[in-house]
Amino acid sequence: MNIMDTRATSAMLYLDGVHVSFDGFHAINNLSLTIAPGEMRAIIGPNGAGKTTMMDIITGKTKPGEGDVLFDGRVDLTRLDEPQIAELGIGRKFQKPTVFESQTVQDNLLLALNVDHSVRGTLFWRGSRAESERIDRVLETIRLQESRDRLAGALSHGQKQWLEIGMLLAQDPKLLLVDEPVAGMTDVETHQTAELLKEINKEKTVVVVEHDMTFVRELGVRVTCLHEGSVLAEGSLDQVSNNERVIEVYLGR
Amino acid sequence: MTPYFLTRSLNKSATAFLLIVAAVGILVPLSNLLLPESSALQVPTYLMALFGKYLCYAILALSIDLIWGYCGILSLGHGAFFALGGYAMGMYLMRQIGSRGVYGHPVLPDFMVFLNYSKLPWYWHGFDMFWFAALMVVLVPGLLAFCFGWLAFRSRVTGVYLSIITQAMTYALLLAFFRNDFGFGGNNGLTDFKDILGFNVQAQGTRAVLFVLSCVALALAFIICRAIVTSKLGKVLIAVRDAESRTRFLGYRVENYKLFVFTLSACMAGVAGALYVPQVGIINPGEFAPGNSIEAVIWVAVGGRGTLTGAALGAIVVNYAKTTFTSGPLAPYWLFMLGALFILVTLLLPKGIVGTARDWWEKRREQIDANAVSAAAEDGVTKPNLPEPSLAE
Repeated sequence: MNIMDTRATSAMLYLDGVHVSFDGFHAINNLSLTIAPGEMRAIIGPNGAGKTTMMDIITGKTKPGEGDVLFDGRVDLTRLDEPQIAELGIGRKFQKPTVFESQTVQDNLLLALNVDHSVRGTLFWRGSRAESERIDRVLETIRLQESRDRLAGALSHGQKQWLEIGMLLAQDPKLLLVDEPVAGMTDVETHQTAELLKEINKEKTVVVVEHDMTFVRELGVRVTCLHEGSVLAEGSLDQVSNNERVIEVYLGR
Repeated sequence: MTPYFLTRSLNKSATAFLLIVAAVGILVPLSNLLLPESSALQVPTYLMALFGKYLCYAILALSIDLIWGYCGILSLGHGAFFALGGYAMGMYLMRQIGSRGVYGHPVLPDFMVFLNYSKLPWYWHGFDMFWFAALMVVLVPGLLAFCFGWLAFRSRVTGVYLSIITQAMTYALLLAFFRNDFGFGGNNGLTDFKDILGFNVQAQGTRAVLFVLSCVALALAFIICRAIVTSKLGKVLIAVRDAESRTRFLGYRVENYKLFVFTLSACMAGVAGALYVPQVGIINPGEFAPGNSIEAVIWVAVGGRGTLTGAALGAIVVNYAKTTFTSGPLAPYWLFMLGALFILVTLLLPKGIVGTARDWWEKRREQIDANAVSAAAEDGVTKPNLPEPSLAE
């Protein structure tokens, strides 16, 4: 099907009937999910429910066996690889904070900026005022101005999580996929992160995978619970957490 | 453009390195040519040739450090690119012999006459011209690296698997060049060179010029490497080394970056090989031995991976040690010593000589700065704008 010129859906992200299996194990099983433009969605679910695999599919790391994955209503993500998907405007924060540890905080953000990513472009790159202003703004948002010249490896765990969110901001994507942003954070940091994500959501579509229920409640957004690779329940947090099946497989009695 | 990238790439230690190379490149040949042999300060010709060889190894080490130290590509077959550059130069030198060979054939080199070749194989044409040979010195290793890298990096072959196939590559070339019907002199390789651009390769003056050229090539290779690692491309390379998939998710085509540095590095190794051959007077398939490539990686590890200056230093220090030990009673034990050196460096000096020295120096400077701050605080004086220790050099 030629989907590049016909808008198949108004959704920012549209997954329909997606299947992925690894050596016979069905990691994703008939998964269908729609994220509207400007929405923030929290994804919860037990370990092995397929949350990270779902992110791998959206970002091009894993190719689904069958099913449709559409971005921005028209782009078939299953045909693209990671750099192409990143250039389209999908940013991803990993479960384990992944920053470039041997480079400074500033350079981490510089690398993340959505400018020319070609070999020639980077070889002959010269800094511009616009770029450094963008980096300054991101540093301010993630509250790391004081640490701009420190090595990213020397940051605390929480700061690394924030730096990685900052890298997402520097990428300036349309859609942010955020995998467990508050793992290992203190209560204060968790609260600040929720505020930060809400702020980001004013301009961008956000998908957050998280186990921390206090955090999910604080976000106050629509929740999808995954189980065994498909959607178990969807709705407000109260609706989902009162769902019998969700209690059974995930929340516990 | 030019002044900008030079000021960016040449920090204090890089400038110091270039000054040392320049001083050596000027003083050694002058002392060799102008001072009488009786003088204590005269550098004997054999020693100049020996260090000329080390300089070529230093260029090879730089090329390995560029891909391994900065991009995490551990090539255990870089000796192949060095040897290919050497063979290209060797072919030119063979064609220069002309009818002065043992068999006196006007076109065919001695080994071809001996092996009953009736005419020159097609791939030997053009090598009678220096410019063509010089082009091949860069082109042949570059092209091989490009094809090899294109296949390997696109298929995302990384880490130890990549190292293994680079070993296989150099081993395959070793076997091919050993064959008499491959057309490169088989087991004996190419030797008995007479002259280069009309100058006798054995003459003292020619040797001095080759030494100077090796210094120039080392300096140029160093400047190119510095310009790359201090550019934004250098930051991307380090990002690939430290977190390859993260870099991909930021939108960088990692395989293109790897292909670029790998090919460039192979070209540099080829130039090193081409300067090496006229100075040692022979090139044979032994240069393709997998052990040679591994040894070159050890030089880089000893000097300090990801420092460039360390790679060059490591190549010279380890090879000087090799020459010293293999010519004495310890000769049979050299390989054991090399192995022990590698293990000791990995355990005790994981950052190598230069990396460790740099860490120590930075700590010391921070200490001095901290002392200055506390002293100023005790005096009740507030010191404005104390320079921050810069981690980014």
